[in-house]
Amino acid sequence: MSNQTPLLEMKSIRKDFFGNQVLEDINLTLNEGEVLGLVGENGAGKSTLMKILFGMNEIRETGGYEGDILLNGEKVTFATPFEALEHGIGMVHQEFSLIPGFTARENILLNREPQKKSVMAQIFGERMNTLDRKAMEQKADQAIEKMGVEIDGQMVISDMPVGHKQFTEIARELSKDQLKLLILDEPTAVLTEQEALALLDSIRSMSAQGIAVIFITHRLQEILNVCDTVAVMRDGMLVQHVAAAETNISEITRWMVGRSVIMERKNTRPVPETRTIMKIDRLWVDMPGETVRDVSLEIREGEILGIGGLAGQGKLGIPNGIMGLYTAGGTVTFDGEEIPLNQPRRCLDRQLAFVSEDRRGVGLLLDESLEWNIAFPAMQIHNQFLKPLLGGLIKWRDEKAIGEVTRKYIDELQIRCISSKQRAKELSGGNQQKVCLAKAFALKPRFLFVSEPTRGIDVGAKALVLEALRNFNQESGITIVMISSELEELRQICDRVAIVSGGRIAGILPATEPSEEFGALMVSQVV
Amino acid sequence: MNKQSSGKKALNFLGANSVPIMFIVIIAVCIPIVGFSPTFLLNEIVTRLSRNAFLILSLLIPIMAGMGLNFGMTLGAMAAEIALIFTSDWQIWGIPGIVLAMIISIPISAVLGLLCGKILNAAKGREMITSYIISFFMNGVYQLVVLYMMGSIIPIIHNNIKLPRGYGVRSSVDLTRIRKSLDNLLAINIGGVRIPMATILIIVAMCLVIIWFRRTKLGQDMRAVGQDMEVARAAGIDVERTRLISIVISTVLAGLGMVIYLQNMGDMATYSSHSQIGMFCIAALLVGGASVDKASIGNVFLGVILFHTMFILAPAAGAKITGNEVIGEYFRVFVSYGVITVALIMYETKKRREKAGIGQQLAAAQREGGVTRA
Amino acid sequence: MSEQIRTDDSILVRVHRALKDFGVPRLIIAAFLLLMFIVAPFTGVNFWSQVTNVFNRFSWNAVLVLAMVPMVHSGCGLNFGLPVGIIAGLLGATLSIELGFTGPVSFLMAIVISTPFAILFGAAYGGLLNRIKGGEMMIATYVGFSVISFFCMMWLVLPYKKPDMAWGFEGTGLRTTFPIDKYYGGVLSNFLKIEIGKLVIPTGALLFFALLAFLMWAFLHTKTGTAMTAVGSNATFARAAGINVNRIRMLSVVMSTWLGAVGILVYEQGFGFVQLYNAPFNMTLPAVSAILIGGATANKASITNVIIGTILFQGIVTMTPTVMNGLINLDISEVLRVVVSNGMILYALTRKTEVSR
Repeated sequence: MSNQTPLLEMKSIRKDFFGNQVLEDINLTLNEGEVLGLVGENGAGKSTLMKILFGMNEIRETGGYEGDILLNGEKVTFATPFEALEHGIGMVHQEFSLIPGFTARENILLNREPQKKSVMAQIFGERMNTLDRKAMEQKADQAIEKMGVEIDGQMVISDMPVGHKQFTEIARELSKDQLKLLILDEPTAVLTEQEALALLDSIRSMSAQGIAVIFITHRLQEILNVCDTVAVMRDGMLVQHVAAAETNISEITRWMVGRSVIMERKNTRPVPETRTIMKIDRLWVDMPGETVRDVSLEIREGEILGIGGLAGQGKLGIPNGIMGLYTAGGTVTFDGEEIPLNQPRRCLDRQLAFVSEDRRGVGLLLDESLEWNIAFPAMQIHNQFLKPLLGGLIKWRDEKAIGEVTRKYIDELQIRCISSKQRAKELSGGNQQKVCLAKAFALKPRFLFVSEPTRGIDVGAKALVLEALRNFNQESGITIVMISSELEELRQICDRVAIVSGGRIAGILPATEPSEEFGALMVSQVV
Repeated sequence: MNKQSSGKKALNFLGANSVPIMFIVIIAVCIPIVGFSPTFLLNEIVTRLSRNAFLILSLLIPIMAGMGLNFGMTLGAMAAEIALIFTSDWQIWGIPGIVLAMIISIPISAVLGLLCGKILNAAKGREMITSYIISFFMNGVYQLVVLYMMGSIIPIIHNNIKLPRGYGVRSSVDLTRIRKSLDNLLAINIGGVRIPMATILIIVAMCLVIIWFRRTKLGQDMRAVGQDMEVARAAGIDVERTRLISIVISTVLAGLGMVIYLQNMGDMATYSSHSQIGMFCIAALLVGGASVDKASIGNVFLGVILFHTMFILAPAAGAKITGNEVIGEYFRVFVSYGVITVALIMYETKKRREKAGIGQQLAAAQREGGVTRA
Repeated sequence: MSEQIRTDDSILVRVHRALKDFGVPRLIIAAFLLLMFIVAPFTGVNFWSQVTNVFNRFSWNAVLVLAMVPMVHSGCGLNFGLPVGIIAGLLGATLSIELGFTGPVSFLMAIVISTPFAILFGAAYGGLLNRIKGGEMMIATYVGFSVISFFCMMWLVLPYKKPDMAWGFEGTGLRTTFPIDKYYGGVLSNFLKIEIGKLVIPTGALLFFALLAFLMWAFLHTKTGTAMTAVGSNATFARAAGINVNRIRMLSVVMSTWLGAVGILVYEQGFGFVQLYNAPFNMTLPAVSAILIGGATANKASITNVIIGTILFQGIVTMTPTVMNGLINLDISEVLRVVVSNGMILYALTRKTEVSR
């Protein structure tokens, strides 16, 4: 039975990251033993909200938050996750936090092991107490029982199947006696069908024991099965908070992706009906976190194709796999001829180019000048900007030509910098992105993959980048495939949009279709 | 996990233990060639075991804490040498001398270990090469102290320890009056083989301490830190402090072990005794089947026996085969370095394979296990 | 979050930042050396003969330090495996003498003979390093040691006959050290040397170094050289741009090994002796710390670093004994050299990783 005072109240929570408003006026209450399902697209603000609740350093380091959090009616502020833990809030993250060589029991009680006092401890301090293995066994097994799923406490983590590692993490949180609220961040992503069902049972039993659960997931059916209430977030706001029994999947989907304001479409031409220039057949890609299982797609010459979908479903794996950055298999044919996979050079030779989503890690030489960054691939692939000496034996770097082409792109894309010799790491995110684009353009490709082109850059630069892509497409007829988590952006610029879900193509629709259609595709086969 | 066929298991066993097996083969080949008597061999092995085992035991703790092979154990050796210089100067011999030297070495080792540990904490991911360079660096500081400050700023009474010029310690310090004091205590003779019981008892006691240590909270924390620093940190373990403690303990133990070593040798080469000791101890540990991230007490003893047997046999075998004893000496140095090289390479390639494996595991799990929809 | 463009930094701020990047230890070393030079005349030490010494030692050692550059550029780290190249050079030297060449020709032939060895050893060494990316430095050290001790055995066993090199009547094998004044001793240093009173400049050797440095500089401006710099700066970027990262790394290792071989030959011609057996053990750390003192880091090294570093390092090694001796009658130069060179390497190892991510 729920008390008069709710267990958790979040009042008027607001958060911005350097002027970018990420959470606006979130009000949420949670009762003891209640299971709340939290849904929303990527970027809706779910993880930020949980990070605030859990007291993570990132929040404090970026200016803190506004609003109040109350536990059992009392206001609390957490400076570190440890304080949140002390107040009874636990969180199971998506990335496992386990010691691979320890057993499940040792991990469950890591740094909270019951100890037997020893003489040495008197002299050398507490850590010289021996571990009470028997007590550990008992306590750990108790937690496992509380969780309700059977796992072998003796098994070493590295020997465990992935699903059991997840359960070990949950048992760890349950072994903390003071636990009152457990946050589960997409726990079923790595579970088999059976294990997922077992997890839902476990959540029910936790709820029965008075532990509240916040269950973050994209699997809407599971939410309806196990949750008491559903909260939907969109664009940093809490748009709905209803009882699970009173809603259904399509309603939830609509709340997740529907927009009240229709953004102006920049791309007003009809969907091109040209020949197929790239045919992707049964592609699979081993990109950790963005696995592609079985993707088949036909891309038309000269079109701007968008690829969207929720995070982790595989959309980023497609370009990374085709361009050879991650191990891939399947067949990809470009302009009639097959492209060998896993060899970046071959793709570049066939005039494909790729602007990676990982600007800093893959897209740029941060310590080198803009000139180097922009000119490098064109130099290496097409022997551009080189002066042949000694009858072609030596290819000397033509600094003048490099400077010229860099300045050309600085002008065209309005890259804000001190000079073409400035180091890439000193530019702002938006300008760095423009450099990456310039680098791709300098290759004069016939086909361009662009992955998350406007991630992390300011509004002005966003518009410019999208404009540049559209112009490039219109002027030179280059085929562009744009991968993005922002559905609205894709619908603005692209001719068609494909949605990836569960590592497969869930469907392709003309960009003019309403958002809800795409939303439905996004949640259809979620893994 | 799949069950492996017995053939595959055998192959895996050979692969994981290739170094000790290689050594057994070399020794098996050399023994008949050289023709030493079994008593002689046994005596040599027992002597070397009692002399070196404690030193090698000091290497176990940093490996547990993920710091890799502690080339900085040389710092503990230097502390022991300084302690022995003092006890020799104060003319305290025999068992009291040994005990006093051990006691004096402890604070010196602790300070050096603290310094070493702090530097290593600033060089995470490069601990081994850093501890390697630290040992060279400290050698310079040691020389500064022993070659210049002793006798001038630090009072040394007796002239037979000082260099003729009046300050600085001689390149060889005579320890005959401590010689074998510990070894001879409770020594017994079995069939012509002399066994230094007191020393052996100390070594056994140390082994028990290490076994007990693994069961303590601190031991558990070190094991956690050694496997994944970030997970340990997230669980609230003070990672830096734990690593620091492991180095301090190792250095102190190395100091005590060096006193045992030198009392057996009977004299001290002031400026070179400690330099090779690190390398030989590490080689011996690796020969016993240990790796950069995993070492047990069994590895220590197996390693001492195999390594030092090879050490004795090589020059004699070289002499018999090529007529040149020097070749044998170079051979044993080559094998020592080679063993460390092979162990390091195996460790790095294993690390790389594991990283690749994790990605594949995830993908496989998602491929086979993940929820399948129509 | 990315930093904003700093368009309005004053000169003072920029100088301050440059000094901070240069590092306090390096400033201390440079200041110390300057002090030595200033104090020298007052201690009764002949200033110009000291300058000559520094020039000489620079000319002997600079190529070995230059050998560090290719591998640092390609992201393989500091070449602790320099002995691999040194052994190739020693093979070239001993074989050249064994085959009967004398005078300047023996120097040329030594280089020619060491080259295939350098390429062979370098390729094997490079292949190994490619399998262990990230753990290069420690393994390189021990590969170097294993190679040195293996060849300690080889020098005894290989059938060298030349009496200038090998032991006389009783046994086989090469001597530990032997002079090469009949062969290529001083062949570069004496070439075009300039003598002004007590000051002697070994022009030939300096020109030879300048030639190699120029070739290195030129290489880094070619298409392949540019690719090498990119690989060291961000290997994933290079791979995404179609570069075969392993091939470039291999090339850099072969180049470093060859320069190591030539480097030891240059050292020998200056020093006047060929040193075998355990001598190569002592050649690596001085070269590594010299380039670090010159301003390089574990993944960025330029030719300027080589020049500055060698001057500072050799300066300290040469000046300290004589000056200190003259001043306080106390020779702590050896100890000082050990502390300075290793301290410098420690400093470099403990700095946060240099390349921005």
